[in-house]
Amino acid sequence: MEEIGLLMQGFGVVLQPQNLLLMVAGIVLGVIIGVLPGLGGANGIAILLPLTFAMPPVSAIIMLSCIYWGALFGGAITSILFNIPGEPWSVATTFDGYPMAQQGRAGEALTAAFTSSFVGALFAVILITFLAPLVAQFALRFGPPEFFAVMVLSFASFIGLSKGSPLKALAAMMAGFLLAAVGMDGVTGTLRMTYGSMELMRGIDFLVVVIGLFGLSEILVSIEEGLSFKGARAKLSMGIVLQTWKQLPKHWALALRSSVIGCWMGITPAGATPASFMSYGVARRTARDPESFGKGRIEGVIAPETAAHAAGTSALLPMLALGVPGSPTAAVLLGGLIMWGLQPGPMLFVEQKDFVWGLIASMYLGNVVGLIIVLACVPWFAAILRVPFSIIAAIILMVCAIGAYTVNTAEFDIVLMLIFGVIGYVMKKLDYPLAPLVLALVLGDRTEESFRQSLLLSQGSTGVFFQNWLCGGIMTLAIGIAGYPLISKAVGLFRRRELKPAQ
Amino acid sequence: MLSSVITRRSMEIAFALVLIAMGALAIQDSLRIGAGWSSDGPRSGYFPLILGVILILASVGNLVSALATRDAAPFATWAQLRLVGSVLLPTTIYVAVIPFAGIYLPSALLIGFFMARFGGFRWVTSLASGVAAAVVTFIIFEIWFLVALPKGPLEDALGF
Repeated sequence: MEEIGLLMQGFGVVLQPQNLLLMVAGIVLGVIIGVLPGLGGANGIAILLPLTFAMPPVSAIIMLSCIYWGALFGGAITSILFNIPGEPWSVATTFDGYPMAQQGRAGEALTAAFTSSFVGALFAVILITFLAPLVAQFALRFGPPEFFAVMVLSFASFIGLSKGSPLKALAAMMAGFLLAAVGMDGVTGTLRMTYGSMELMRGIDFLVVVIGLFGLSEILVSIEEGLSFKGARAKLSMGIVLQTWKQLPKHWALALRSSVIGCWMGITPAGATPASFMSYGVARRTARDPESFGKGRIEGVIAPETAAHAAGTSALLPMLALGVPGSPTAAVLLGGLIMWGLQPGPMLFVEQKDFVWGLIASMYLGNVVGLIIVLACVPWFAAILRVPFSIIAAIILMVCAIGAYTVNTAEFDIVLMLIFGVIGYVMKKLDYPLAPLVLALVLGDRTEESFRQSLLLSQGSTGVFFQNWLCGGIMTLAIGIAGYPLISKAVGLFRRRELKPAQ
Repeated sequence: MLSSVITRRSMEIAFALVLIAMGALAIQDSLRIGAGWSSDGPRSGYFPLILGVILILASVGNLVSALATRDAAPFATWAQLRLVGSVLLPTTIYVAVIPFAGIYLPSALLIGFFMARFGGFRWVTSLASGVAAAVVTFIIFEIWFLVALPKGPLEDALGF
């Protein structure tokens, strides 16, 4: 078991006092980010990323990934106490969490949510510990065509597995790729789509786009809905925690199923949000009395929280092993890797052992620390939402502007952030998914590079993507997944036609 | 007749047209820099050209499906848009003045304005809070993290 030894080394890195401090700071910041509307994992990390340039990469990734865990925990607090999902993946938690809080069972719901988050995350981290090195080792054999195929597969799953319109996902993705292409072409040095603008020569920074798309747009959507926070009081005594813990073990099957759903959805870039809904849906369908869901069942909290946390955590597996992130937040972390001078991909496991295993060890410890912090500090975190929205909104706007500026110390980026804020608002309202756009923007250059290198190898024949069983297999799978909506629609039409004469 | 809402259908159409325009721009630029093959492989426009074509195809699909609906569901009511505008307008002014006035003074004014306008706080309280927030930000960024943010004539006069 080579992994165990490496993991122990990783713990050695994490347990350095400075890293422990950053871990706690990251989790507290993350919970605050998760509680506040308009700040989430992806844009919270995007805003803080420029401040980590001076740190050693492993300290930086520990802090930023802990912000991610904190944000995952924080989303549950607002959904249960205020019926406001702080994060999209905690929408499903409001269905039963808020009714429980109204019945005076807020403590029970919060304990269940935090604990099942922890279980989901732990499941995913164990999976990462043992699976990621294998995947990375396997991927060491990949050449440019295989990498391009993996990228195609991950983008195809956006089209095939998303709940909304596949054409909208495709359009958002292509827009993201085009934005990534703006600026200087890394291979030939040609300027593309800059139209003589000096500002565009640098290219469009994905961090600025993320801050606008996820931060500013969220404020606009919240304002439109006319926010007023009316929440249940949060009290968490040790007694309630222990009482809830006593009844949790009997839901082990539910937790296991939700973890598996979460990990599956996290590794394929479907993400935490669909995972939480799917897990909630499965829990309701398989329950003996589905009608009682939505009225305050503890299972209705356990299922989505376990799945969301498992998905959020396992999204880091493909990011670490292949350099293909499974969620927007993982994409932002990947962008951080590139900025710190690390080359994402399978070589990371060979060349940066300290970094990789430090990060994995910090996932174990971060989630334990996170669980303790949220259980102990819920009332304080909940108090943040009692600050009037007028103050929170203005401060978040300022933080977004500062965040956009510090990425490249460019005032033009603040303007870009504003533009993408408005675009994000329109996209959200029209159900265009934002995640494919962000992932395409982050991966655009590397996708194009592997595409061009592959074509160079084959002198322009696209046959190179089907030259061997591995690459061809991945490509065929990708085409199948992307074509799935079409196929299922065709089958649906066919069935309806068959049924019609019978009617 | 003037309707009281902007329909979702018209927004869908408008956004699909914007994306088609974006695709067209990409294709035009790719053809300008060369989208074919040169002696050293695919030229710079090769990949963006494909992207532009797919973007246009997908957006035409979205456009057709938007045109096909007879649904008059609202995108947003005017009242909602006015609310959004009441936030967006000050934010736009804020972003526009940062290059001239630095980030601290406009931030103080933005926070003060939001508190007084949307929070119903008194102007004195609001502006004082705005200034306090700006000072805290200054300390965190300029002194703690040594990150220089945009500064204007006020900071110059104070000697920073």
